[in-house]
Amino acid sequence: MHKSIQSILSEAAGTGRSIPDVVLRLEADESGVAPDRIRERIRHNIRVMRDAIAEGLEGSLRSPSGLTGGRAKRLHDNGPRLLGPRVTATLARAIATLEVNAAMGLIVAAPTAGAAGVLPAILISIGEFLELDEDTLIDAMLVAGGVGGVIAHRASIAGAEGGCQAETGTAAAMGAAAVCWVGGGTNEQIETAVALSLQGMLGLICDPIGGLVEIPCIYRNASAAMQAIAAAEMALAGCDFPVSADEVIDVMGEVGRKMPVAYRETALGGLAATPSARKLVQIQPSRTPTGISR
Amino acid sequence: MVSLFDILGPVMVGPSSSHTAGACRLGLMARAILGGTPARARIRLHGSFAATGEGHGTHRAIVGGLIGLSPDDLRLRQAYDEAKAAGLDWEFEEVDLGEDAHPNTAVLDVERDGEKVSVTGASIGGGRIEVTEIDGFPVSLGGNYHTLVVLARDEPGTIMTITGLCAAQNINLATMRVDRTGRRKDALMTIEADSPIPDDVLEELRDFEWLRWVRRIEKIA
Repeated sequence: MHKSIQSILSEAAGTGRSIPDVVLRLEADESGVAPDRIRERIRHNIRVMRDAIAEGLEGSLRSPSGLTGGRAKRLHDNGPRLLGPRVTATLARAIATLEVNAAMGLIVAAPTAGAAGVLPAILISIGEFLELDEDTLIDAMLVAGGVGGVIAHRASIAGAEGGCQAETGTAAAMGAAAVCWVGGGTNEQIETAVALSLQGMLGLICDPIGGLVEIPCIYRNASAAMQAIAAAEMALAGCDFPVSADEVIDVMGEVGRKMPVAYRETALGGLAATPSARKLVQIQPSRTPTGISR
Repeated sequence: MVSLFDILGPVMVGPSSSHTAGACRLGLMARAILGGTPARARIRLHGSFAATGEGHGTHRAIVGGLIGLSPDDLRLRQAYDEAKAAGLDWEFEEVDLGEDAHPNTAVLDVERDGEKVSVTGASIGGGRIEVTEIDGFPVSLGGNYHTLVVLARDEPGTIMTITGLCAAQNINLATMRVDRTGRRKDALMTIEADSPIPDDVLEELRDFEWLRWVRRIEKIA
C-alpha cells in the first residue's frame, strides 16, 4: 500500500491514471491477485455492507449486553425534523451497521469493526442520492482503501493505540476521499477532503462504556459520517486547507501516541468512567461461560 | 504487511476485530496446529481477553474457531451449540501471564486421538494474530501461509534438506526462521510457503534421524 497521500497523487499525476486505478494496480502487484478479482472481492464487501444496513434498520436486533439495538430504526422512523431526509438516512445507516456489529452480525471492518458504520453509510447513501452504479462504488472503495492504507502506515487505525480519532477519524478520512472522488473532485480536492475530515476528528478519545463496542460508538460512527460528507462538500466547493493531508495524518498519529492510556479503549476514563456508565455496566448480566462443558 | 483488504475489511462477525475475529483465528490456528477439531480444550485468557472478552463474544469466537468456524461465519453466535454437536469438550480459565504478555493473549491446550498440543497466541489488532509458542517453543506464526514447523537436532545440512524437499515439490517459500536452544541441541525452523505442503514432504522428513518433531499447519481463514 502507499505510504503517503502525496505518493498516490504523484503517481496519478505522473502516469495519468485515476486514483482508484493507482491503488488497484499496486494492490494487484503486492498481493499477486488479478485486478478483476480484487474488484469482485470489493463488490462482495459492498454487498455485505448493504445487508448489514438492511438488517440494522429492521430494528429487532439487540446486543448480548442489551446496551444497543433498535436506535437506527427509531431515527429512521422519527426523522427528519431539522435537516433533509438524506441526512437522517445517512445517520441511521451508520448506526444500523454498528448495531448489527454489536449483535454479533456480519459487517465489513473497514477499517475496523468499531468504525464499520461510517464508510457504508456514506457510500450507500451517496450512491443512492447520485444514482451511482456498482462499479463507481467499487472505485470509491479503492480511493477509501488507498487513504486508509496510508493512515495505517503513518499513524494508526486502532483505538487501543490512537483513540477514536484513529478509528472513526480514519473511517471519516476514507469516506471523505471516496465521496469527493464520486462527486467529481480533482486529486487536490480529494487530498483536501482527507485533511478537512481528519482535522475535525483530532483528539477524539476511545472511551466505550463497559469496554464494549456499543456506546458511544454507534453515535460516533454517525457523526463521523457527517464529518466526512461535510469535508467532501467543502473541498468540492473549493474550500482549501493550508496543512497537507499527510501532515494532518502525522498529527493524528502524534496525538494518539501522547493520549493517556485511560482514553485508549481501556474503559478506564472518559464516558466509560462516569457514574452513569458504571451503573449501566453493573446491571448487565454476567455471561462468562467459564466451566461450561458437555 | 498491510493489504487493501485489511483496510476494506475483513468481513467478519462483530463486534470486535481483535476480540472476536482475532480470537476466532486463534482457535482456528490451534485447530490447524493440532491437525483437526479437538475433543478437549482448556482455554486460558489473559489481560483484556479475560477482562472484556465476555461482552465481545471472545469465548464463543475461540470455541467456534476450534471447531473450524471462520471469522465471517454467523454460526459463531451459536458457537457453544455447534461445538457440542462437534463433540468438543471445553473449559475456560483466567490466567495472568505477566506484564510482558500482549493484553489479548490466549493459551489453548487442545487434544484429540491421544495427541496434545499447547498453543499460545495473541490477537494483535485488526483481526491479525500471532502464535508465539507451540509446546513451549517460541514461534511467530500469523496463519496467512501454509506453514511447516520443524524441530530438529542442530546439525549441518538440515536446512538444506528441508528446503530441498520443498523445492522438489515446487513449493515457493515466503518466509523462513531458524532458532536454536543451543549449539548441537534443538533447532526450530518455521517455514511459510505460498502453497500447501504435501504429505510427501512430511513423510520424507520423518525418515531423518535428526528430526524430532514436525507439524504442518494449513493456512487459516
